[in-house]
Amino acid sequence: MAFFLETLFGGLMAGMLYSLVALGFVLIYKASGVFNFAQGAMVLFAALAMARFAEWVPLFTGLSQPVLVNLIAFVLAGGVMFIVAWLIERLVLRRLVNQEGTTLLMATLGIAYFLEGLGQSIFGNDIYKIDIGMPKDPVMAFENVFQGGLLINQEDLIAALIAALLVALLSLFFQKTSTGRALRAVADDHQAAQSIGIPLNHIWVIVWCVAGVVALVAGMIWGSKLGVQFSLATIALRALPVVILGGLTSVPGAIIGGLIIGVGEKLSEVFLGPYVGGGIEIWFAYVLALLFLLVRPQGLFGEKIIDRV
Amino acid sequence: MFYRENGQFKTSYQADQQIFPIAQDRVFVLLLLLVAFVGVPFLASDYMFRAILIPFVIMALAALGVNILVGYCGQISLGSGAFMAVGAYGAYNFFARVPDMPLLPALIMGGLCATAFGILFGLPSLRVRGLYLAVATLAAQFFSDWMFLRVKWFTLDTPSGSVSVSNLQMFGFPLDSDVSKYLFCLSLLVVIALMAKNLVRGAIGREWMAIRDMDVAAAVIGIRPMYAKLSAFAVSSFIIGVAGGLWAFIYLGSWEPSAFSVDQSFRLLFMVIIGGLGSIMGGFLGAAFIVVLPIFLNQFLPMLAGLAGVEISTTVVSHAELMIFGALIVWFLIVEPHGLAKLWAMGKQKMRVWPFPY
Amino acid sequence: MKTNKLLLSALLSTLALSAATSVLAQSKEQFVPVLSYRTGPYAPNGTPWANGFVDYLKLVNVKGGINGVKISYEECETGYDTARSVECYERLKSKNPSFVQPLSTGATFAITEKAPVDKIPVVTVGYGRSESADGAVFKWNFPIAGTYWVAADTILQAIAKKEGGWDNLKGKKIGLVYHDSPFGKEPIPLMQERARNHGFELQLLPVTPPGVEQKATWLQVRQARPDYVVLWGWGVMNSTAIKEAQATGYPREKMYGVWWAGAEQDVKDVADGAKGYNAVTIQHGAEPNSDIVKAMLTQLHGKGQGTGPKEEVGQVLYLRGVMSAMIGIEGIRAAQERFGKGKVMTGEQVRWGLENLNLTQAKLDALGFKGVMRPISTSCMDHMGAAWSRIHTWNGKAWEFTSEWMQADEQILKPLVKATADKYAAEKKLTRRTGQDCQS
Repeated sequence: MAFFLETLFGGLMAGMLYSLVALGFVLIYKASGVFNFAQGAMVLFAALAMARFAEWVPLFTGLSQPVLVNLIAFVLAGGVMFIVAWLIERLVLRRLVNQEGTTLLMATLGIAYFLEGLGQSIFGNDIYKIDIGMPKDPVMAFENVFQGGLLINQEDLIAALIAALLVALLSLFFQKTSTGRALRAVADDHQAAQSIGIPLNHIWVIVWCVAGVVALVAGMIWGSKLGVQFSLATIALRALPVVILGGLTSVPGAIIGGLIIGVGEKLSEVFLGPYVGGGIEIWFAYVLALLFLLVRPQGLFGEKIIDRV
Repeated sequence: MFYRENGQFKTSYQADQQIFPIAQDRVFVLLLLLVAFVGVPFLASDYMFRAILIPFVIMALAALGVNILVGYCGQISLGSGAFMAVGAYGAYNFFARVPDMPLLPALIMGGLCATAFGILFGLPSLRVRGLYLAVATLAAQFFSDWMFLRVKWFTLDTPSGSVSVSNLQMFGFPLDSDVSKYLFCLSLLVVIALMAKNLVRGAIGREWMAIRDMDVAAAVIGIRPMYAKLSAFAVSSFIIGVAGGLWAFIYLGSWEPSAFSVDQSFRLLFMVIIGGLGSIMGGFLGAAFIVVLPIFLNQFLPMLAGLAGVEISTTVVSHAELMIFGALIVWFLIVEPHGLAKLWAMGKQKMRVWPFPY
Repeated sequence: MKTNKLLLSALLSTLALSAATSVLAQSKEQFVPVLSYRTGPYAPNGTPWANGFVDYLKLVNVKGGINGVKISYEECETGYDTARSVECYERLKSKNPSFVQPLSTGATFAITEKAPVDKIPVVTVGYGRSESADGAVFKWNFPIAGTYWVAADTILQAIAKKEGGWDNLKGKKIGLVYHDSPFGKEPIPLMQERARNHGFELQLLPVTPPGVEQKATWLQVRQARPDYVVLWGWGVMNSTAIKEAQATGYPREKMYGVWWAGAEQDVKDVADGAKGYNAVTIQHGAEPNSDIVKAMLTQLHGKGQGTGPKEEVGQVLYLRGVMSAMIGIEGIRAAQERFGKGKVMTGEQVRWGLENLNLTQAKLDALGFKGVMRPISTSCMDHMGAAWSRIHTWNGKAWEFTSEWMQADEQILKPLVKATADKYAAEKKLTRRTGQDCQS
């Protein structure tokens, strides 16, 4: 029983980490209708930027206090992501207005390759460290209830809390601020939004900037967990089932989807895995998402696709 | 002036409905086939065969299959790597387990295995559409990755999981020289391309295109979505499976499941979109672009750097390749979202009215 | 629109031109292709190996080449991808390579099929097919100094020693966390054989490449509580495994890694968290005080000719590259002894040289490997030449040796190698080489 609960908690927290990445997908799709396959590359790029700035800041300014250095690195990396977002909107999205979904998808894949190459040429392709002071050792909880206690990974727990906080902030942003309203208007209907005076280009830059910051937070957390290196970009593939299960247009869907996928993955790997030889995590997540899709083809919280003939 | 159809009158339905109704087109295609079958074996070097021509031919076949599914039927699929893998391992099992199995039937059986797999993983397309379907097909990709690593039966219980084939022969002629391999793949490509072209020109092709354009409306006028979508998956996976078998047997010789990973699926999708969705020729053009570009960059960039007197390391070349590849894809999509095939079609149109501008 | 078309036609024409470019003519230099990966998910581990390899080639040239014949080399980026490795191999084949070292088990499998036809020996120091140690079947493969079965056996020997003897292993549980690929699956037959013989339970835990998410694997380890865990990974999988082991509280002292999972890159991120982690080494370890390292620093890095950062010289993977290059060069030298000193050797001749390698301790010491390597002696039937290794442990800052020299058990190894090689020969319809063929 204790082990089942441990696996469950582990799955929940892993799911929250996936939803951090899934948020980026959802944000961009919600506001501009583009499925951003470059999200993984953006996470990698942001994480590389932060890791390297954290190394370079002490060299150039002589500061050495970790909190300050990390904060400066975060801000600088955020700035870099803003520049990337602005450039993407300017050079790519503006010229591909009104194109089909597949074309935009391919464009984002092209951007993904470009960012991967650029990130590695500017920042290098070694393994880099992001040290934001996350505790690495586990903590045992409920020692009086279960023998030996339940293993809880502190790092994952803090990461999950950060993810929840981010989602709450984003939800508030979308619901309460005027920019958020404008974003939702653009997601609904580009032309109608334009006709009432919402500047489409500005909105897109804002969306990609926000997605860039989300990518930075995701990169920071995953980078702190795994070390910043090339495979970080493959996290996006693990987050895709979360996106489609929750629905491409729903921020809370990203969280709920993340929790479901995380739990499903870990439980399946630990309890079903041994019977089939192991290694089933990845495809099980996709099959799970697929099964949900068969019941609700637009994801749990996604918008219903209405066809007019 | 040269490309006019003036004076070419058709006197039978058969003549009117042929694939290449314009005589210049027929001549051009015949010349192309002649060059491909006869000229190239004499002119190309060994390296050209092994590194450029053979991969191009096999990838063109795979891109053809993907184009049928994505371009003609509108079902975005990111599981093409899995279909190639199933085709390759299926062909391998028939080749290795059945004594004295000839190569071509083994490849075709591999294609049929891929068909079954494709229909199975195409079932979600009946309920799920668009981007959701694209991500759902990734389930096929990762499942196949796992299946060929874990289920030892598929790899004939080798401890390492890596399989290899050798001593390939076709009607008694050993396929050991590059020219023979190239000609074998090319013949398969031409035959299958012809079959595919006729399929998409026929009723079933029109059904696919109707589903692509507006599947609800298609259902309303009596096209059964299930048959249309699943047949698209079936035909497409067959072609991709045969291509996978060729890729494994002829190009790699010895392979492991990671040879058909998700990167391969993305590559195929690139080929189809750069080449042009919904056109048989688009597959060829896209495959040429994607196969040749990395090799070209790999050799061109150091040469360019050498001209400037700078020695660059392989790391820089590799990163530059990635960046140029990504930038070129984006540039192509901006300049011509309908792909290279549309450029070709526009070129032909210009030729028809030349020397007049329109 | 016009300029776009112009650009397109320019691009296509340059494409056609470069594709028709022919290769440079053969000069009086021994060519060594360097298939490396400096980008991609395995770059952090592949780069130091490549740096060491290239540095040793440069050192040989600085010392005057092999009996006056200089080495020319060309790097080709493979990204650890089999198809790209094959393309690199095909491209560099035309320059008459002395040998090829693919540095990837997947690529080794693919190139093993092509090398006999192209007559290029495949040298796989510490990786590749374990059964290719059988030279009678694998004429062109040379897994010199050790294969994966040697590594697995040595690890198990070290564990047995810790437990106080093979008999004490009965009833114990050993987990194998492995990279789900041919590379990772290599040790399984040997470990299963040992498990059968000595009565311990082997738990197989595959990790999907590239091994970025291992929470579920280590939760299973936590549940099963094996007495020891053997880590068989490459690249980021290693550091992730150690981090997850720390996160689930599995004692690192009970972890033993293969020689591709025992380098600075795998542990420096975790630093203290990896304290006590053991790994087997293929003869050499981290040897900052050895003669060869001193030679590299003074003769290459001191003059600005070194490849890569100076701090890397003497680290585990750097030295592995150096050792791999040295073995290849000595193969060429041995070939020159027979076929003509001071002449450029063909692939076939180098193959003979690699098959008749006799690196005595005196020779190794002279080359700068005193205390680093033990004698290697290959023959027609045995293409491995030596099966010595040691265990080293991470103390939080550096790797230090914690065992004596150990040799893999021939009793277990030989029958397994022969059986698997026979299976390969039957599949490929090859016949075992006889004494007569060995003389060529």
